[in-house]
Amino acid sequence: MNCPYKIGVGPRNYAKLQWRIFHTLGPYCRGVLLYARETMSNQNPFKPVMLHDVDRKGYEPLAEYRARGGYKALEKVLTRVAPDDVTEIVKQSGLRGRGGAGFPAGVKWSFLPKGYQGPRYLVCNADEGEPGTCKDRPIMEKHPHLLLEGMAITCYAIKAKVAYIYVRGEYYTAIEVLEKAIDEAYKAGLLGKGILGKEFDLDIYVHPGAGAYICGEETALLDSLEGKRGYPRLKPPFPAVEGLYRRPTIINNVETLASIPSIIEKGPEWFRSLGREKSSGFKIYPVSGHVKRPGNYEVPMKTTLRQLIYDHAGGIRNDRKLKAIIPGGISTQVLTPDSLDAIADFEGIAEAGSLLGSAGIIVMDETVCMVWVAMKLSRFYHHESCGQCTPCREGTAWIRKIMERMERGQGRPEEIDLLLDLCHKINARSICPLGDGATPCIISTIQHFRHEYEQHISMGRCPFRSTEAH
Amino acid sequence: MMLREQKAKAVEKILKRYPDRRSAIIPLLWLVQRTAGYVTPDGITEVAEITGVTLTQVQEIVSFYTMFHQKPVGRYLISVCDNISCSLLGAEQLVEHLEGRLGIRAGETTANGLFSLQTVECLGACNMAPVMIINETLYPNLTTEKIDQILKNCT
Repeated sequence: MNCPYKIGVGPRNYAKLQWRIFHTLGPYCRGVLLYARETMSNQNPFKPVMLHDVDRKGYEPLAEYRARGGYKALEKVLTRVAPDDVTEIVKQSGLRGRGGAGFPAGVKWSFLPKGYQGPRYLVCNADEGEPGTCKDRPIMEKHPHLLLEGMAITCYAIKAKVAYIYVRGEYYTAIEVLEKAIDEAYKAGLLGKGILGKEFDLDIYVHPGAGAYICGEETALLDSLEGKRGYPRLKPPFPAVEGLYRRPTIINNVETLASIPSIIEKGPEWFRSLGREKSSGFKIYPVSGHVKRPGNYEVPMKTTLRQLIYDHAGGIRNDRKLKAIIPGGISTQVLTPDSLDAIADFEGIAEAGSLLGSAGIIVMDETVCMVWVAMKLSRFYHHESCGQCTPCREGTAWIRKIMERMERGQGRPEEIDLLLDLCHKINARSICPLGDGATPCIISTIQHFRHEYEQHISMGRCPFRSTEAH
Repeated sequence: MMLREQKAKAVEKILKRYPDRRSAIIPLLWLVQRTAGYVTPDGITEVAEITGVTLTQVQEIVSFYTMFHQKPVGRYLISVCDNISCSLLGAEQLVEHLEGRLGIRAGETTANGLFSLQTVECLGACNMAPVMIINETLYPNLTTEKIDQILKNCT
């Protein structure tokens, strides 16, 4: 058969021609395909709610926020929705706490004692401290009114008249911005007495922390807010029954509260449609480490780790090989590239063998020594353990000592199993989850990278020391 | 009696936020530290008096929370994050560079009292790593060149 293009004869020339056509048209075709894919996926695109115009200079002032529909959701609930129905809407939306534990927000609210007449509180947990997590900062620094509106709606639902925002001390800008925004809201009648002319009073105050990771744990946060050392409390009683000043208290994360106005505005079905059955809605994923574009990405919860790392964050820097992923802040198990196609929601990450946690994704390329990573993290937990429970206080110190020797190449072969044993003796033996959070990095690095521990011991030094990562 | 005289309004504003005065301890200690540069013994006494608690109850707060300084620090307090996201992008080398430039180790203050250097845990700015805070300003995406430039402006 003749070559259909009549150029030259014989299979060799035909192959050459194919090669030429492919290389001239290939990139073009790829462009068309990408454009088509983009257009199709943009038919119903998700627009960022909390990171809207996040690169702006300064925060979005009240006038601007209202001009694009801000505080309409609050107005709506105050005019047309009963408090318990707000809770019902949030329950229907399936919104789960964004601080790390993922407890359904509406369900939490409904734990408040019925018919209780005394004061009750809302506390916004803005003590963002889980390493790898930086998602609450931009909400507070850029869209403080979104958070305030979410808090006002929540206070209306749970019938609280006073709310505190516990912001970690290092977030100087967030504290300043929130205070300015609160002033604006008071002046506009959006806080204080008789909000928007309705029978609803609310005061919101900012309370600064002063540097303690443990205060991100909700009951330690309450102790800190009461002017004590941040020591986690035994549960029960849960804060919803006995919280701040021993009054019923709801504690929600910044991102959880900032999600609420959009749920009220667009409805729980819309929110559900963005995620899967048990993990609904959208969420901010901070991606840091060895990616080309580290950043916060707000996307529907159907998104996979691969999409977040390769599409949104641009892939691995210098096009190196991906080695490990911490999917939800450092208290979650390290995953390998095998888990890239996991959906980054509560169930998806759990199926992959880790936890969604705070969704702080830390990406590590092939130059990273996993023993070094575990050593760095062990120092953190030792430093931040509050000291209340012996297994956590002593255990984190032991782990740190062993890990520091291990990284220097002075570990002993039996110490790998000793580390695992220590981890199992810390787990589930302390009041709060800090101890449980200190062990996944050790257990999972041993599980996936045991050979690196063994190399450190056999070589008597860190095998990665000469490479760029250190 | 520094707070009640110089900062009477601020103190009153803080106390009004809480049904229990003890809650004002941390905000008042911040006020002391911002005014005096560190948490002075007099400041501790005053906070205890204002909030109606014992000296020990204030001291335990000062020693528990890492951001309170019990001794004077340099005019520029440099806090470099050396947690994982920053360290993956070279925070440890940045600390070494700063130590070399300032002639002190992390945790120390220069003889002229101008700079203090410390490493801190995650500052919640992992998307801008590596980062440091000088006094109350965050510096993102650091390199050794950027650090040299920043130090030049600190005089």
